[in-house]
Formats: sequence, structure tokens, C-alpha cells
Amino acid sequence: MVAHAIFFYIFSFIAIFSAIMVTVSKNTVHSVFFLILDFISISFLFIMIGAEFLGMIMLIVYVGAVAILFLFVVMMLNVAQQKNEWFTSEIRSTHIPIGLLVSLIIFSELIIVIGGWKYKPDLVDSISIKIDANMTNTQSLGNVIYTDYIHLFQLSGMVLLVAMIGAIVLTFRERSGVKKQSYFKQISREKKDGVELVEPESSKGVKIDA
Amino acid sequence: MLSIGLGHYLTLAAIIFIIGIVGIFLNRKNIIVILMSIELILLAVNINLVSFSIYIDDLSGQIFTLFILTVAAAEAAIGLAIIVIYYRNSGTIRVEEIHELKG
Repeated sequence: MVAHAIFFYIFSFIAIFSAIMVTVSKNTVHSVFFLILDFISISFLFIMIGAEFLGMIMLIVYVGAVAILFLFVVMMLNVAQQKNEWFTSEIRSTHIPIGLLVSLIIFSELIIVIGGWKYKPDLVDSISIKIDANMTNTQSLGNVIYTDYIHLFQLSGMVLLVAMIGAIVLTFRERSGVKKQSYFKQISREKKDGVELVEPESSKGVKIDA
Repeated sequence: MLSIGLGHYLTLAAIIFIIGIVGIFLNRKNIIVILMSIELILLAVNINLVSFSIYIDDLSGQIFTLFILTVAAAEAAIGLAIIVIYYRNSGTIRVEEIHELKG
């Protein structure tokens, strides 16, 4: 129990610290690195609490794909040196105190809700999919996803497909002066387009391009 | 203090959520950092769902988390693609200089 508490406090401290550093660090590349650190510590928390599959998926999807995508874009756009200043000297930035006030209000509301939260007595009866302690987390998730939630699962695959096509279509750029194969032209070429049979008379030869 | 319960995880999620919101409100320079703040907010939501799922012994929360992960990945890809083409067209992605819609 004590070890659980110690690990929880270490990982959550790292997570909160790196989340703050994501928003305040001057260099965008450093922000991406702190985002990766944040995802890693949260995935450790997931593994610790007993959701191993989601922790590993967080590592693969967020650290392996999303954060690297951010890193690519940051480096491609050459905005790494573009400073990420918070409290700029402009007088007209009146949004900072209002933003802080609104965030403070939301935070205190959340804390009030969490502090006053209790189980409803009939909540325990309404549990739909009980966690089986004899199965691993991955196995029990797979049992449910591929049976009860199969339509939603395939729909999320469609969402990913649409996102992929959308990203490709958005960033596609037609370049001029690039020599390309045209498969349609190649395949639909016929014999009479390329070859002409002639009967040459003797000792006269053939006129080309007549 | 030493027994970690649901409240601890929910408090952690609330703190990360608020950090994400503050990042969106107060960032005036770089739109990529705003996208990263949105990722932080989604992460906080995921923490909430997973901890509730573990503590009330119901697997549904983890399934929802899986779908939220999917949507978050798709959203990051599309958002970054939009940023790339905006940068290509206008040469800047500073938040103050993006005012073509006069909003």
C-alpha cells in the first residue's frame, strides 16, 4: 500500500510538472519532449492501477505516433525558434487575468464535485461488464471489444481511415516539372497507336513521318 | 494520505485538465502548443474514465478510453495537416497573426 502511494505521488508529480512545462516552455521542441514525458508517466499510472493494455496502447499510440508526428511538424515548419512567450509586454493582453480566473473557477468546481462525490447505492447493480480477476486485462478487453462492441470497433477503424485520407489529401501538393508514369495511358495503348505496317516497294525504301 | 483512492486519481485528472485549459487560454504565440494542450485535456479525460472503470469494477470505461484514443489520434493528424497547409499558404502560424476570419 505504501509502495503504491509512493509510486502514485512520484508519477503524478512528474505528470503535473511536465504538463506545466508543455505550456510554458519557450522552445516548441522542448514542449513536445515534455508531452512525451507526460504520456509516459500517465501510462505508468495506468499500468499500476491495473489497466495494463491501455497503458501499453498509450505508449504505442501517443509516444510512438502522435508525439513523433508533433515533432515532425515542429521541425518541418521551422518554428522551433519561434518563442512561445506567455506574459508578453503588450498592454492590450487583458485576457490573461480573465483566463486565469475562469480556469480557477473550473478547477474549484471540479474539486468540489470530486470531494462531495459518493457512490449511489444502486450503482453497483447497474454494472454492465464486470472485471474478471482470473483473466488478464488484455484478454477481458478483447472478449468484449470483438463481440459486444464490434460495430463501434470497426467504426473507429473507419474514423482512422478517414483521418488518414484527409491528412493525405490536405497536404498533397501537385508539383510541376516532375516526370511521372501514367498507368492509364500505358495500359490503354493499343497496337495501331505505336506500330504501322507498310509494304515497301523494292529499292525505294520507306518514308518515315510521311 | 497513504491509501490512494479514487479521489487522488480524479484530482490528478482535474489538475491536468486545468493545465490544458490554461494552456489554451494564455497561449498567444504558437498554435502547435494549443494542439498539445488539447491532447492534455483528452489525457485527463482518459485518466478519469480508467480510474472510474477500475474503482467501480466495470470494464466499459476502458473501452470508451480506447475509442477516445482513436479519436484523439485522428484529430491530431488532421489538425497538424491543417497547420501544415496554413503555414504553406501564409508563412506563419503565430496565433496573433491568424486573423483572416476577423474573429
